[in-house]
Amino acid sequence: MSKTYHLTAPLSDEDVVQLKVGDIVYLSGVVYTARDAAHKKLIDLMDEGKELPFDVKGSVIYFVGPTPPKPGDPIGSAGPTTSYRMDSYSPRLINEMGQKGMIGKGKRNQEVIDACVKSKAIYFGATGGAGALLARQIKSAEVIAYPELGPEAIRRLEVVDFPLTVVNDTYGDDLYKIGRAKYEIKDVG
Amino acid sequence: MREVKYEDIVKAVRDHIIYSGTNLSKDALAALNKAYEEEESPVCREVLKQLLENADIAASEDRPLCQDTGLAVFFVKVGEDLKVVGGTLKDAINEGTRKGYEEGYFRASTCVWNTRANLKDEIGYNLPAIIHFDLVAGDGLEIEYAAKGGGSENVSRATVLPPAAGREGIVEFVKECVSNAGPNPCPPIIVGVGIGGTFEKAAISSKHALFRTVGTKNEDEVLEDMEEELMTKLNNLGIGAMGMGGRETVLGVHIEANPCHIASLPVSVNVQCHSSRHTSFKL
Repeated sequence: MSKTYHLTAPLSDEDVVQLKVGDIVYLSGVVYTARDAAHKKLIDLMDEGKELPFDVKGSVIYFVGPTPPKPGDPIGSAGPTTSYRMDSYSPRLINEMGQKGMIGKGKRNQEVIDACVKSKAIYFGATGGAGALLARQIKSAEVIAYPELGPEAIRRLEVVDFPLTVVNDTYGDDLYKIGRAKYEIKDVG
Repeated sequence: MREVKYEDIVKAVRDHIIYSGTNLSKDALAALNKAYEEEESPVCREVLKQLLENADIAASEDRPLCQDTGLAVFFVKVGEDLKVVGGTLKDAINEGTRKGYEEGYFRASTCVWNTRANLKDEIGYNLPAIIHFDLVAGDGLEIEYAAKGGGSENVSRATVLPPAAGREGIVEFVKECVSNAGPNPCPPIIVGVGIGGTFEKAAISSKHALFRTVGTKNEDEVLEDMEEELMTKLNNLGIGAMGMGGRETVLGVHIEANPCHIASLPVSVNVQCHSSRHTSFKL
């Protein structure tokens, strides 16, 4: 049976190893946003041996490109984007920099799933298309790098009880495969 | 000759874009409610509940339903006896798009294909719109609009099957497309299928099929039967809302078919996420 947890980012090994696919997590604390364009820049900095714009160790990165905030709001609508576009970047951030969490939607490749096992990290799913609802859980947003990328800039978010489901855990399991197998009806004859 | 003012078109386009980006279309909302009632998977029920809450919040607070406010896609029927005064129809639609996206606090999501630089400062906020014109008899002007998100567009596919593949080949191609897409296009999805014509005609038909009201039947009996068969087969895949495993994977299958070359059977599948933001209006 799935369990419910309340966790605060940045995350530790102890936080993540208790989680299993299908568990519900309400995440609070600091989360950083990055999509593929920002990920590429982070990897380039790593290749050049330069410092990254935020402390990746223990961090949770949210794959999101929000709409512009309306006056007085911290952020616009902010649901997850499709995560596979980050597949070529995430393993290095997890294995070499100690990233502990990713928030997105959709399938990850085997390299990402392997990195989650090897270096103890979690891939969380948030509900795609629920951008107005999810934005309510974001209390502040500040662009900390690459403002020229517009919606794809890296933002530091403070979130409270951000609703997530564990899709890939530190044991190599995949909710998309397990969940689908449970409900699939094979064609007869 | 009937005359329509340029600025009236701009205003109508702008207003419809903002309204449909913040108020989920009635047909999609009804289909999501039905899926929520019928879903037996607890994790998918929770997802569907969030989506219904999201639609409430977006409508009551005038917020975009989704951060991916899409590219603006239009199908426009222009009467041959209609004249736009004060500018061109194409410019009016583009200007309405720019205003709608900018003034609605929607995301600027168009970029240069290779440098990926956002085009908002160069040619205008979320421009150019994707516009399909059709010249028709009379003096009417009918505009169908949808905001098309990237996640569901990315799993769409087109092919040209050998004629021998027939109906069965088409069903298999659609099934394979939706199965491979899995959680990525934000299910529960609407599946647009274009059959026949040429390669690009099938693709455009599959896009236009998404504009049909969810829950309505196809007027063609053969296509209606195919749609029902596909609904069952696609829901049997077990993908469920956001791919978490469940019964409600597809809100609708819409097929449009055209005559085609004796050598070919073009097929295109265009996928629409659950956030189906579409509308139509006449001027």
